[in-house]
Amino acid sequence: MDTRFIVGIDLGTTNSALAQFDAAAPEEEARITVEAVPQLTNPNEVEERTLLPSFLYVPGEMDFPKGALALPWEREPQVFAGELARKRGAENPSRLVASAKSWLSYAAVDRASAILPWGAPEEVRKLSPVEASAEYLRHLRQSWDARVNAKKNPELSLGAQQVMLTVPASFDEEARELTLRAAQSAGLNNVTLLEEPQAAFYAWIDAQGEAWRKRVKVGDLILVCDVGGGTTDFSLITVSEEEGALTLKRVAVGEHILLGGDNMDLALARLLQQRLEEEGHRVDTWQLQGLWHQCRLAKEKLFADPKSQKQPVTLLGKGSKLVGGTIKTELRREDLERVLADGFFPAVGRDETPARQRRIGFQELGLPYAADPAVTKHLARFLAQQASGGAESDQIRRGPSGFACPTHVLFNGGVMKAGVLRERVVEVINNWLQAEGFEPLGVLDAPDLDHAVARGAAYYGRAKRGRGVRIRSGAPRTYYIGIESAMPAVPGLPAPLKALCVVPFGMEEGTEAAVKGREFGLVVGEPAEFRFLSSTVRKADEVGSLVEDWGEEIEELSPLEVTLNLEGKEDTVLPVRLETRVTEVGTLEVWCVSRDGAQRWKLEFNIREQEES
Amino acid sequence: MIGFGKRISYATRCFFSVLSRGEVPEDIAPEVVKGAAPTPEPEPEVKTLPAETRPAEESPDRAVQLLALLQREGRLVDFFSEEIAPYQDAQIGAAVRELHAGCRKALAQYVTLEPVIDGEEDRPVTVEEGFDPAAVKLVGNVTGRPPLRGLLRHRGWRVAEVNLPSLPPEGAGRKVVAPAEVEIQ
Repeated sequence: MDTRFIVGIDLGTTNSALAQFDAAAPEEEARITVEAVPQLTNPNEVEERTLLPSFLYVPGEMDFPKGALALPWEREPQVFAGELARKRGAENPSRLVASAKSWLSYAAVDRASAILPWGAPEEVRKLSPVEASAEYLRHLRQSWDARVNAKKNPELSLGAQQVMLTVPASFDEEARELTLRAAQSAGLNNVTLLEEPQAAFYAWIDAQGEAWRKRVKVGDLILVCDVGGGTTDFSLITVSEEEGALTLKRVAVGEHILLGGDNMDLALARLLQQRLEEEGHRVDTWQLQGLWHQCRLAKEKLFADPKSQKQPVTLLGKGSKLVGGTIKTELRREDLERVLADGFFPAVGRDETPARQRRIGFQELGLPYAADPAVTKHLARFLAQQASGGAESDQIRRGPSGFACPTHVLFNGGVMKAGVLRERVVEVINNWLQAEGFEPLGVLDAPDLDHAVARGAAYYGRAKRGRGVRIRSGAPRTYYIGIESAMPAVPGLPAPLKALCVVPFGMEEGTEAAVKGREFGLVVGEPAEFRFLSSTVRKADEVGSLVEDWGEEIEELSPLEVTLNLEGKEDTVLPVRLETRVTEVGTLEVWCVSRDGAQRWKLEFNIREQEES
Repeated sequence: MIGFGKRISYATRCFFSVLSRGEVPEDIAPEVVKGAAPTPEPEPEVKTLPAETRPAEESPDRAVQLLALLQREGRLVDFFSEEIAPYQDAQIGAAVRELHAGCRKALAQYVTLEPVIDGEEDRPVTVEEGFDPAAVKLVGNVTGRPPLRGLLRHRGWRVAEVNLPSLPPEGAGRKVVAPAEVEIQ
């Protein structure tokens, strides 16, 4: 049954947004609109903003006077999200949960246990990354329900609408599964997942209207380059033809790179801090926060006005020595060039790869931020990796070296609002294209980068109902089960692992695959674990193929667990085979099926803390 | 003791009200019924208070609140409390630029201001008959009767709308312009 509203939710690392489409509105008026979200902006103040900062604050008794945190739907919230959470969190970081989304994809911690705020003292109530993500979604749901008066009109509540929730394309299956769990926990049960770069492309299609078909042609390869507050995400979309109509297919997805606008602003702030200290001023941690904020504003002004060469940055004195304690410095255009353009977007050759990720004890570091801040190097590696074949491999336009050569680029994410950085990326890619013998890139203009993903998600919802064009995607990675080879155990060395492909890259939504010719004997009543791995690079592996030496191409995820429950047969060994399914919701299912096909058990992720390998 | 005329009026209204509805009219009850509390005015959820219809309270709470907002967004009170004589113009200027941005944003958000006379300064304007001397001040060779022609020297300021957030709960909190800040080491 079709719901009244189609809703797109962008659950971002730094900001979340919600867009809606009213399917009951007459055709001429029907438009995708971004909904403003009421949130606490100051104690006793609730205001509507189109973005909900993805920050959660866990107030203690000493933070706010009683009743200052009243929301229209909750008088005394235990935790709250949004602008005030971010502001107050800057003053008292030990109670702030930030970047919950990045934690969802970090397997080295137990993501279902209450670990955030990371490093917070005992007395602070903690949440798991899943719960934190659920809180943002809950806020969106409760504010929506309050607006439509869901108590009187339950069919208008957000839980009753069709919701498209976006995830980074680089999110692996576990992280997607956990996102879905967070949504369910927040009271959203009709949820489909969509990849953010695809959502950005849908937003572009929506903005173009029917004219989009004139901007691209068969054979084009579109690179979606999404650099947001906390993450960098790449995708490739091909344009082909089927039965006379243009069809779009997502054919490649990059790795999850924890690198974004926040890293860049902090780098600028550190530069200015150094400059101030050389002049004899002291900049403490609080002033660094202020400097960070000021740098971001000064940077935006410099980007907006190409003629200005510098912007003053002023830190007001603390306490009552406002003028007396004022420190002045400036952000110069060459600072932007050096730190941002050369530091984060250096001109590199297409054979350059990012520095290897060093495994420092995560206890100190928290999240594993990318070791190499050069976004262009990560991009070079992404395009070079497409050389190893796959089902759609012939559709990806390549140069003589196998390097993937896009024809167009679509930018997304807050960082790419800066024209200077977009131009730099285009310049770098054009150098690569030239070396491979192709003409320069076309740039697809993307308006409203802050809300594009939410809008695009709503558009996708419409497309699923038949009103709009869809990008064909399917499984974004190849997935494997780990089989330990039957070699004699050598003490001290882990048994060598082979990878059995159970889901090929691109396996279409709504299809199933059976892993034939291989059975596993599981003990009934006892939990059995299957090691689970994935690859974003190996795209030619078919179901059932066994891979032995894969170098760095395959990485391990959390294991899958299953307990065969069969009355009366406990402790017997039952032969089962594996079947996999890609659901329409955007997740993967792996099943154990008995030999006669009569019984099935679903494998679940065991997301407790994993050993660093 | 309520006046005689009023008693006649109240008595009549009470008689018919009790007869038809079984209750004493709400506005009369506090005055005549012992122990009946006046029905409390529902605390307005509304954030917009058009300047003309604001209840005439003598309490200074809203004035404190406006100071608090300007301090929070622009550190206005800190600025005026400081002795600036010892500092160079450049330093004061740098600080003022920051303040200006903050206070401007706060004013724009919480108070909608408009000019009294919307015209270009130093250009001719006409002051019509029946003008409000509190809103338009005449200077110079002020003779004759309106309509009067003159040059606009200052456009004046008027509040169109006041959008203050709700006050903190009753108590000492309403006198706080800015909380003291204590950094815990």
